[in-house]
This record gives sequence, C-alpha cells and structure tokens, in this order.
Amino acid sequence: MLRLALKMLLGDRAKYIMLVGGLTFSALLMTQQMAVFTGLVSWTTSHMRNMRASIWVVEHRVEQVNETKALRDTDVNRVRSVSTVDYAVPLFQGVLKARAADGSDKQIQLIGLHAGTLKGRPTVMVEGGDEGLERLRIANNVVVDVLASKRLAAGLGRPLQIGDTFEINDREARVVGICKTEPHFFGYPYVFTSYDQALQYAPRQRKMLSMILAEPKEGHTAVEVAQQISDETGLRAYTVPEFEKATVDWVWKNTGIPVSFLTTIILGFVVGVAVAGQTFYSFVLENLKHLGALKAMGAGNGLISAMLFVQAMTVGLIGYGMGVGLTAVFGFMVRPIGQPPFLISIETLVGTLFSILVICSLAALFGILKVARLEPAVVFRG
Amino acid sequence: MNTEIKQSPSNGSMSELAIDARSVVKAFGVGDARTVALKGASFSARQGELHLVVGPSGCGKTTLLSVVAGTLDWDEGKVEVFGTGLDGMRRSAITDFRRRNVGFIFQQFNLIPTLNLIENISVPLLLNGAGRRISEEKAAELLKRVGLAGKETKRPTQLSGGQQQRVAIARALVHEPRLVICDEPTSALDSETGHQIMDLLTTAARAPGRCVVIVTHDPRVYGYADRITQMEDGRVKAVLDGEPLQRFVQSTH
Repeated sequence: MLRLALKMLLGDRAKYIMLVGGLTFSALLMTQQMAVFTGLVSWTTSHMRNMRASIWVVEHRVEQVNETKALRDTDVNRVRSVSTVDYAVPLFQGVLKARAADGSDKQIQLIGLHAGTLKGRPTVMVEGGDEGLERLRIANNVVVDVLASKRLAAGLGRPLQIGDTFEINDREARVVGICKTEPHFFGYPYVFTSYDQALQYAPRQRKMLSMILAEPKEGHTAVEVAQQISDETGLRAYTVPEFEKATVDWVWKNTGIPVSFLTTIILGFVVGVAVAGQTFYSFVLENLKHLGALKAMGAGNGLISAMLFVQAMTVGLIGYGMGVGLTAVFGFMVRPIGQPPFLISIETLVGTLFSILVICSLAALFGILKVARLEPAVVFRG
Repeated sequence: MNTEIKQSPSNGSMSELAIDARSVVKAFGVGDARTVALKGASFSARQGELHLVVGPSGCGKTTLLSVVAGTLDWDEGKVEVFGTGLDGMRRSAITDFRRRNVGFIFQQFNLIPTLNLIENISVPLLLNGAGRRISEEKAAELLKRVGLAGKETKRPTQLSGGQQQRVAIARALVHEPRLVICDEPTSALDSETGHQIMDLLTTAARAPGRCVVIVTHDPRVYGYADRITQMEDGRVKAVLDGEPLQRFVQSTH
C-alpha cells in the first residue's frame, strides 16, 4: 500500500512539483545560508590557521583573535620564563595602509614574525618557496598572499610578482614570496614580514607587541602550559580550541551576524512549513474521497497515516537532496572568487535534513489529523 | 475480537440472514440542528440475495447502508452481519471486519485516478495483506471477468463511466467478500450500461453465502431485485418479495 501511496502522490504532478519545489527552496535557503554563516564564522578564526601555534598569549582583556591590545616587550621573556614553555616568540599584527601601483591606498593585515624562528609563517607558498620565507629576514622584504598580490597590483595590469615593490606607510616593501592563506574575517589581504621590519612599517607607539606565540615543552599539554602562563604572568594564554571558541562566542555576542543569518534560516524553515504544509494539506483534501474510500474498504488510521507520512517524507528527502545539491553548485560557483565565505559542515547537512523532516512531519500531521477524523461513511455522501 | 467470518455449512441458503438490523436509531447534529435519519428502522437481507433499498431522497437509505456496512456508528438498536454483532465492537475490530467481509461500490466509483486499473482493483487484497504479485494476478482475473481484459494499465480517467463502474465492481469482489454494498451503482450510467452493471451484480449475488445490498432510486433496476425494502422518513415502510414485488416493479415502469 505504501508503494501505491507513492504512486498516488507522483501521479499528481502539479502537487508533487509544488511540494518538491517548496522543500528544495527551503533546504537551499537553510543550507546555503548556514554554509555562508559557517564560512564566515570560520573566517573569524582563519588568523589562527594562517599562523599556527599551540598557545596564543595576549593581553588579559583580549577576547578574540582579531583583537589587539599591545603587550610590553618584556612580556615575551616573562612567558619564556615559565618552566613548561619550550619557546615563545613575539608577533606583530596590525592593519596598515599600503600603496598600490596606481597610487591608491589599500588596507592590509601586516604580520610581523620572529626573525629567528619565523614562527607563524604561512604554510602554503605559491611562489618563492622556503627560500622566499628565509629572505624575510632581510630588510624591506615581504611575503604577500594571493589576495594581496591582486589587490595591491591595481594599475599594474597583472598580479604582483616576486621582485615587485610597493609601499607600506611610505616605506618600500619588496615581494619575495607569494603564499596562500585563508581569508581574513575583515577581508584584509595578508602581508608577512619580520617582526623588526613590521615595527619599522607600523606607526610608532609605546607598546608594539601584539601577541606572543608559544609552544609547550615535550611531555606537557597546551592546556596545562596555557594555564601556567596565565597563572604566572597575569597574561591571557589561550590554546587553539579555547581561542577559537572565545572568538566565535565573541561574534555571537557582539555582532548582528548570527541573528541576521538565523533570521533567514528561520524564514527558510517557515517557507518550507507554509508551502509544504499547505500543498500537502490541499493534496490530502483533494484525495479525501479516495482516502475515505480506503477507510471504508478497511484501511485503518495507522495505515493511512503511514501512507501520508511516507508521501511527505519522500518529497522531503527529494527536496532535501535537490536543495543540498543546488547549494553545492552555488559553492562550486563561488569557490574561485572566494566570496562569500562558504563551508558546508556535516552539522549543517544534518541540521537541514532534520529541519526538512520536521517540516514534512508537520505537513503529514495536518493531513493525518484531517483523515483521522474522517468518517468512512463520508464516501456515501455524494 | 476475532472478526473472521466462518463459512457455515448452509452457505447459499436463501433463508440464512446476512444482515439483521433491528430498531436502528441514528441522529446527526445536536440541539436545534439535530436530525434523526433512522427512527427505529429494522432491516434484514439474506445470503444469496440481491436486495434493493429504495425510497425518496432523505428517507435514510444511505444512512442505513452506512450502518450495516459498519462505516457509521448508530445510537440505538442492534446490527448483526453474518451472525457477528457490530454493537460494542471496537472501531479497529469493525475496520478489520469490513476489510475482510465487505466490498463497496460507490455512486461516483471512487477509483484512484493516479493508479492503473490493476492497482485500483488490487487495493482490497493489499489491505488484507496479500502480496503484490498475487494481488495483481487476481486483479487481472477480475478485470477479465468484468469484460475489461487488455486495459490493465489504463487509468480510470481513460475509461467511460460504465467501464469505471465495472472496475469498481471488480475491486469490490476481488477479495471475495460475503457482503457487497452498493450505493446508487447505476444512477450515473445510461440505461444499457446500467443493465450490464446490474447483470454483473446479480451474478455476484449468486455466489455461495454472498449478499448484495443496493441502495438506489433508479426504477430501471428494480426488476433485478430478489427483495426490495422500501423506506420512508427514517423507517422501513415495506419489504417486498414474490407477487407484491412483481406488482411494485410493474407499477414503476
């Protein structure tokens, strides 16, 4: 009977297409928005993946990775003095203006790496390789990311190449390598140089040290070392998961981004309930005399409920598949551009599937309630 | 409750009651809107007979049919179908009873338009738990019996009204029910097709232990009846057979 139930639904092309279309749109809206939101959230912590370190030591009021409150230069040695710290290096990070070839100013995320270790250096070099990184120790040399190589090439007619120069704060910067990075939360292109060189580029302030990157000694976990640094120095030391969580929490609490996305996702759910619920209910109403006939012939409420449930779930799964498929197409289309951020997580897929199944259950429930109250004798009433 | 009807040794006997409904009262609505459709109607039909229930519109024919078919609860009275009392039976047990023992033919055929003829006919068998292959074989056999062989994969909408009613008859008989309930089976059909349908139903009524009850106000089919129950204003006015039945049939022509 469940097979016949599906044939009943598939035979009503208009309703079937309307149902699948509504659920596809709903699944697309929820998955796409969730993927963009997840991508955006992942951008908030991209900084940490671009400069990998086990422990991030910051001023005690810093709440997230994109925030900078300068430390004293001596704080590096205070961290190094913690017995379980293997090594600790200074890091400069700041948003500066760079002058493109056409004379226009572009904002960049300048990263100053400890020259001795180059801790926090980019992991994927597109041009220049390790040699390019080594050359960061020479004055005025920089490694730019792919985005910077394009953005700072305005007026040049081609992306920046090794050997090209541009200005950061009226000082020359020579490109010695091009790297690949994950996009920065605020969309700034990355420019890497040595810590000392970064201090030359950046406007002089009393305190210039942005962060300290540290590694635990062998035999100690990042969690216990971070705790020890915090206890002994009064600075705030985050492990990577802690800093990621703190950053994401900060975005939830301090920006309207989650509410904005959540609103659209809820709208997707509501549209799904409205379209699927209404269409399915109207399908049930149009088939009421047939369902009544089935009841008269001895189909119990349980069987008819199962038939309606199978019908609703089938269109739900088809709509979900199509919605996720279209989202994936969207993802492939925006991938080369890199905008908007896009990341489909397993949680997104499971969450959307759950939402679609809830929508379909509600749609089926409206129909089931109607049919359950239906007297089989209704079929004799003309 | 076991609602399986056991075949009695005297199957086919005209004297054995298929339906025995006594003093049935059924009202719809409450307060000022209350309408009493059956006012103590008593009705009986025998095994092996084709029994017509006739009367003017609103006299309670369809309500009586619904009650004896087990599709409608009633307020007072007793209803027995093939010796099984439907009084006090749980809803699920009545549903089970209908599924096994009752076949339905509706005025508007009520075939599912998105299913083909074989699938429509096999519904009662599937409801009774038969497998798909067996159901479809049996459905094809019934389709042949009602003269529609070769149209197995057609949809109901591709058939004429008379052909659709034949399919409905095949669906009503496919699981070999002992009681066949027909609601105005010929009223939507022309005279010739109506007679063909009545021929099929008469043949069906002659099956051992079966009873066919037809509610109708189509006088063209009165001549097929073994007995006729006349209803008026929620009550049974008369039960006709033999000579009175012949006179009644002639009087309506």
